[in-house]
Formats: sequence, C-alpha cells, structure tokens
Amino acid sequence: MKFLQNFFDSIEPKFEKGAKWEKYHPIYEGFRTIHFSPKLVSPKKGAQIKDAVDLKRLMFTVVIAMIPCLLFGIWNVGHQHFLAVGEAATLTDKLWVGSLQVIPILIVSYGVGLLTEFIFCVVRQHAVEEGFLVSGMLIPLVLPPTIPLWQVAVATVFAVVIAKEIFGGTGMNVLNVALTARAFLYFGYPSQMSGEVWTYLGDKTPVDGYSGATILSYGAEAASTNGDMMALAASHWYSGMFEFWNMFIGIIPGSIGETSTLMCLIGALILIATGVGSWKIIVGVFAGAWLMGLGFNAIGANSYMDWPAHYHLVAGGLAFGAVFMATDPVTAAQTEKGKWIYGLLIGVMTVLIRVINPAFPEGIMLAILLLNVFAPLIDYFVVEFNKKRRLKRATV
Amino acid sequence: MPEFSKLSSCLNLLTNIFASAFDSQVLIINMSKNIKLKRGFDINLVGKAEKKFTELAQPETFAIKPTDFPHIIGPKLLVAEGDTVKAGSPLFFEKTMDTVMFCAPVSGEIVEIKRGAKRRLLEIKILADKQVESAQFKKFSASDLNGISRDEVISHISAHGAWPQIIQRPYGIVANPATTPKAIFISGFDSHPNAPDMAFILQDKEAYFQTGLTVLSKLTDGDIHLTLSAKEEVPSVFGSVSGIKVNKISGPHPAGNVGVQIHHILPIGKGDLIWTVTPYGVAQIGKLFAEGIHDASKIVAITGSEVNEPSYIRTYTGACTNKVAEGMIKSGRNRLISGNVLTGESVGRDGYMGFYHNQVSVIPEGDYEEFFGWLAPSAKKLSFYRTLGMFSFLNRKQQHVVDTNQHGEHRNFVVTGAFEEVMPMDVLPMYLFKAIMAEDFENMEALGIFELVEEDVALCEFIDVSKHPLQDILREGIELVRNS
Repeated sequence: MKFLQNFFDSIEPKFEKGAKWEKYHPIYEGFRTIHFSPKLVSPKKGAQIKDAVDLKRLMFTVVIAMIPCLLFGIWNVGHQHFLAVGEAATLTDKLWVGSLQVIPILIVSYGVGLLTEFIFCVVRQHAVEEGFLVSGMLIPLVLPPTIPLWQVAVATVFAVVIAKEIFGGTGMNVLNVALTARAFLYFGYPSQMSGEVWTYLGDKTPVDGYSGATILSYGAEAASTNGDMMALAASHWYSGMFEFWNMFIGIIPGSIGETSTLMCLIGALILIATGVGSWKIIVGVFAGAWLMGLGFNAIGANSYMDWPAHYHLVAGGLAFGAVFMATDPVTAAQTEKGKWIYGLLIGVMTVLIRVINPAFPEGIMLAILLLNVFAPLIDYFVVEFNKKRRLKRATV
Repeated sequence: MPEFSKLSSCLNLLTNIFASAFDSQVLIINMSKNIKLKRGFDINLVGKAEKKFTELAQPETFAIKPTDFPHIIGPKLLVAEGDTVKAGSPLFFEKTMDTVMFCAPVSGEIVEIKRGAKRRLLEIKILADKQVESAQFKKFSASDLNGISRDEVISHISAHGAWPQIIQRPYGIVANPATTPKAIFISGFDSHPNAPDMAFILQDKEAYFQTGLTVLSKLTDGDIHLTLSAKEEVPSVFGSVSGIKVNKISGPHPAGNVGVQIHHILPIGKGDLIWTVTPYGVAQIGKLFAEGIHDASKIVAITGSEVNEPSYIRTYTGACTNKVAEGMIKSGRNRLISGNVLTGESVGRDGYMGFYHNQVSVIPEGDYEEFFGWLAPSAKKLSFYRTLGMFSFLNRKQQHVVDTNQHGEHRNFVVTGAFEEVMPMDVLPMYLFKAIMAEDFENMEALGIFELVEEDVALCEFIDVSKHPLQDILREGIELVRNS
C-alpha cells in the first residue's frame, strides 16, 4: 500500500497550513485516516500504550450488526411487493426489486449525510468523525420503502445539522440522529410516512381486497371504534400475516429494516457479544414493553388492551429501536443503573403510546426521543445517589 | 407549592432507599479487610524481569528533577554548578514547605543545573564519584526510637532527604510535615504491567523496613495499613512486621494501587488526610534512622519487549538511562520509559529516571501508519474490548508486544460504562472527568477527586476509545481543587 501512502504524502503539502487548500485539511485528514490508521503516538507522560480499539472500529461493529436487518429488509421489500401485486416470484426477483428500492435510499442517506458532515468539518475545522457511519445506515432502515429520495435527503441534512452538528458533533448530541430524521419526516411529510406506504407497489395494481394496514393500525382502529383487534387482524387480505411467528421472523410490511425481530436479535447478539451495545438497555426495553402489555391485559378495557403482551415485542419497530436506537451510547443514559431505568421507560412508553394514543400507531420512535431528552435527568439522580453514598461512606 | 414538596420528598425517599441498598455492600468489604476486587484489567506484556541481576556499569551522572513533584512551584536552590556534594546533602527545597529538603542521591560534583522555559528548574545533575560517599547523620538505636518525639522524627526525615517518599492524599503530593494524617497506607505489591517484584527489590531490607514502620507510627495517631496481595506469597521483607494492620487484597490491576486499597479500607472524605509510602520509601526512612545515612541506592527492573534480557540492575535514584540504553536494549526505534507503561514517562536514551520509579520499560515506538488498521482483525493487538476483529480477549494470559501507537485520533466521549469496569472504586469516572473539564469544583469534590491520583485513572486512559489524556486531565483537576 506504499503507493497510496505516497499519493497522500504527495498531496499533503497542498492541505498544510498556509497552502492553497488549507481549509480542506479535515477532509484530507479524514480520507487518509480511513485508509491508514494514523501514526500518532502516546504522549511523553502518562499511559505509554493505548488500547487497539478506536471509535472507527467501534462504530463499524454497529454497522456490521445491522447488516442482517438490511439484507432481510431488501428481501422483504421485494417479497411484500410480489405478495401485494399477486405475482409469483423467485428469490432473485425479490432481491432485485428490493435492491432497486432500498439501495438508492442508502446511497442518498450516506451521500447527503457525509457531504453535510464534510461541509461542517471545513466550516468548523474539526476532524471528520465516525458517528455518521452508523446514522447513515440507520436512517434508511427506519424509513418506508416508498419514501421519495428527496425527502431522505432533506431529512438527513436536517438530522445531521440540527440534531448533531450544532451541538458540537459526534458525542455531543442530545437526540438520536437517525430518529430525528425519521421524526422530521413523520411530522413534516405525514402522508409519506403513514397509511399506504409500507408496501412498495410500483406502478402495478394490487390484488383484490389488498390493504396496507399494519397490525398496529388495526390496534388503533379497534381501540377507537371499540372493535375486535384480533378479528380485524384475522380478516387481513393475506391470511396469517399477523400471526406471532410471522411477525417474529418479520415477513410483514413496515419500515425497511425494522420488521424482523429475529434479525434484530441477531444484531443484538453481535452488539452484546462485542460489548458495544448495552444489554441492560436492550433487555430493559423488551421488559418494559412486556410488563406494560401485561398491565394493559389486566385492565382489558378494549380489545387492543387485551392483545397478548408478547405480541407487542414483535410488532412495529420495537425490537429495532431497542437494539439499535436506544443503545446509542451518546443519547442514552450513561450510568449503569440509569441504563436500566432508561430502557424500561422506553418499553413502557412505547406500549403506552401504542395503546392509549391512536394518533400515533407506533410509539417506539417517540418513546426513544422522549427518553433521550430525559436521560440526563435519570443520570442526574443516579449521580446524586453516588454522591450521597460517597459522602456517607467517608463520614462513617 | 405543596405538590412540589411532595414530589421532592418522594424523590428523597427514593434516594435514600437506593443509597442504603448500596451501603450494605460497602460495609461488608469494610469490616473484613480482606478485599476482593472483580473490576480491573491485567495487562500482560512481554518482557517481565527475571529475578537476577545484570551487572551494568553505573552511569556517570544522576539527576534530581523537581518536575517529579507536582507541589513544587518555587524551588530554592542550595547548590551551584561546581559544588561538591555527598549523598544526603540538600540540593533544594520548595519555598512553601521549607523544612523538606531534596537531597543528593549520590556524592559528586554538580555539573549542570538545567532550566527550561521561564527559567523553570528541570534537572540538577551530579557527576558521581566512583565510590559514593554518604553524609553521616545522627543514628538512633532501638531504645532511642522508643522515646523519640514526633517533631524529632519529622525534622530528621525532612532534613535528610527521605521525606519526599511520603505522599499525601488528597492531591498526591509530598506530605506537609505540619499536618497529621488519619492513617498511613503502604501497598505491599505493584500490579502494574511487568512491575518489579517487591521481595526482590527489597532484599535484605527487613530490619530497615521494620525500623521505618516504627518511625512512621510516630507520625500518625491512626493505624499504619500494609496491604498485601492475597494470591502471592508474602515477601520475606513483610514476614515479621509488627505494630501495624495487614490487609489482603485480590483481583486484577489496579489491586496494587494504594488508592484502591484506601478506598476500600478507609475512604477519604473532604478534610481527611492520608499519607502513603512505598515499601522502598519505608526502608529508606528506616535506614536513615538505623544507620544515619540517606541511602538512595535502589534495585531497578529493566523490562519490556525491547530489552535483551529483562532483569534487575543496582543503581541509585535519578540514574541516567544511558548505560541501560547502551547495554541492555535491542536496536530499533524504541521508547525508553522511566516507570511502567501505564504511568511512566518517556525519558529517552540519555534521560534520567524519575524519583519514584524502580522500573524501566522499553517498548517499540509506534509512529507508523497501518493500512486499514482500524478494520483489520488481529489477535496480536491488545485490547480490553471484544469489538469486531479484536481477538485478544480470547486469551487473556497471552503476553503481548505493545508499541506506543495511539490507535486512532482524539474524539469526544462516546462509549459509556467502560471506565467503571476497570475502576474498582465507587467512583463514576466519566462524570468526574467531565466535571474537571467544566471546572465544576463542587462536583469534582463530590465525585471523588480527593481519592484519586494519576495512577488510579491510568487504566481508563489506556482503554479510552476517544484517546483522552485522562491522567493529565485528572492532575489539572487536582491542581484546581488544591489551589482553590
């Protein structure tokens, strides 16, 4: 790789202080450090050796953990398409159709996001940071496959600038970047973010009786009309769609990467095994949602409340949110006890929003954003406990 | 606002429930004095010193570096270039603590007084005599020591060069003789990477060590605590100690850090004062009373992957590293460190060992670029984490060759919960660091800055994915609090 090193060495003078492209130095630096880990050495005093892990490797681990969700998502977009239009299709057909929908969204998200980052790095003269490696992948996975590409671009710019860069970049943001992008679209362009958006139809006509309803929209409908949720779900045009195991595997319409609880759990396994994601948060979210579901079962005021609690865990984006969104270390609670509370409350809030508030069929996005805002408060109390305890110990 | 007060009392109740739930855990540890640590991290490196001596010529020069003592701001020199000194002759003192003398480790001629920017005193170099000649001070027999007063002890130690061996907490600075500590702590072992063997470097020092303990007991109304490793054999130097409390501690590094031991035995609160001494320091103090000389000779472990035969040498405090560089280390781009790789200082091939160090580490310099180094899988690279492609966790016993490469650039804090895993204290390191960065005095104190010195956060610095200089940050915080 000497030639690449030589190439970087040869262009380096142009980016040095006082040279022509001085202000683009962060971008030069960014590209060089992606290809070569830098030759920085430990300072003269203090720890003379450093752990071999850096933020790039850490973030990349998260990206790898999302790949099962991405691949399954691509297949599922194709699969749902052919189901809805009533055509038989091979695996290749499904992957092809899915790729045509998903890959452009992925490219726009990464392209526009990185461009925004680069502009900020030049303006603010800070290093290119790794955070967007993960956000760029997360954004497509939480959007419906039918989303217009320009909306992906607008939302990505909004999220990178408003949610992250104005706070000071990776590590400084209060809200999860990818969820901010989703929330922006959800409130800014609701017609592309709800209703008949979860299945890609293209220019084909769907089969007779087709509807793009999701299990959560059936729930909301049942709750507001006092109908029977299970009967509604059973009357779905494609029978068996909303059975537990079908939802667990994820062969249902929904956002690109969120449908498969199984794939999310594989991701969770990677995150937990590598120690990158907090298992406390993941377990907390699932436990909170399940307990809240049980609570509603006990009340049983309508058929949505009667919906068995474990169904909540495989519906909508709960699993995806729990594994990839709630565990974002920057926006989550940062103390170990706080992580339990944070996770549990996200689970509780998700089911609460789902069941009680029919205006928002899915609650995980809002629950995580809300708890992002409250995470510092949770930590505040945990830290205060620590201070009190310390004070007590020292004065005994 | 009645609702509000209700809410706050409710929160208070919650706080107390939480607090008491944790208390019970702490109390159990407190009573038994047999501490078991789970958290921490042992760094296994190639190049542990074999228990034998390499005969190496003494370096021509030795130096005392005022920069080794963080409390020194205005040193007052007592010697000039060209003066001759004996081992134990005073060289300088700090104006704010003018009874504590910093003395020559060897006899010879002052050849250079090196100053840096703003005339800051950096090194006082002594060209050593072939045969070290010690200044003779008053000797104390065992019966003398029985009736000795505290003031006499203090003046004898502080006038003749052994006082800087006594460090006070909070702040990790040389103790002020005008104060009285709540207790004195001695850690009987060193758990740093490739640390010297305590029994080996203190051979034949049993009697001096016990004399040192007797003397130190005059300095505190409380106890002297010696904490030993529960998994190692008790070194003979500690075998027959009396008049003190002996505790045991087990677990990974930093079990040997005296700060961790204090934390579990007698936590430091605001206003508390604890003194710490290394076993080497105790023996030096003991010899000063028993023989009446300032003996700065020490046994130093020469360790690290770039040392030909890692072993021990005999030398004196402040030795020049040139003989080690010439005689013991491999060729190549190496870094010569005074101290261990976690807390030491790179001094170069012609530098001087730190006052408190009894180890030299030599490791490869890491100033190279690595093609996709952040992505390539490796079992050779040492990592605390199990992140993708890092396989060193599969075999924690394996000894690694680690160079000085920083592995990545500086970033903001992102990872949470990792520092706690290598910090076996009830401290929230990241919140403390953030409080220091924000110069938030109240939180620095409440979050435990009184309990910590640099070595206590060295593992955090090692594992920090965002590559912060955490030991420097902690020292900045300590100085802020100390000077406020």
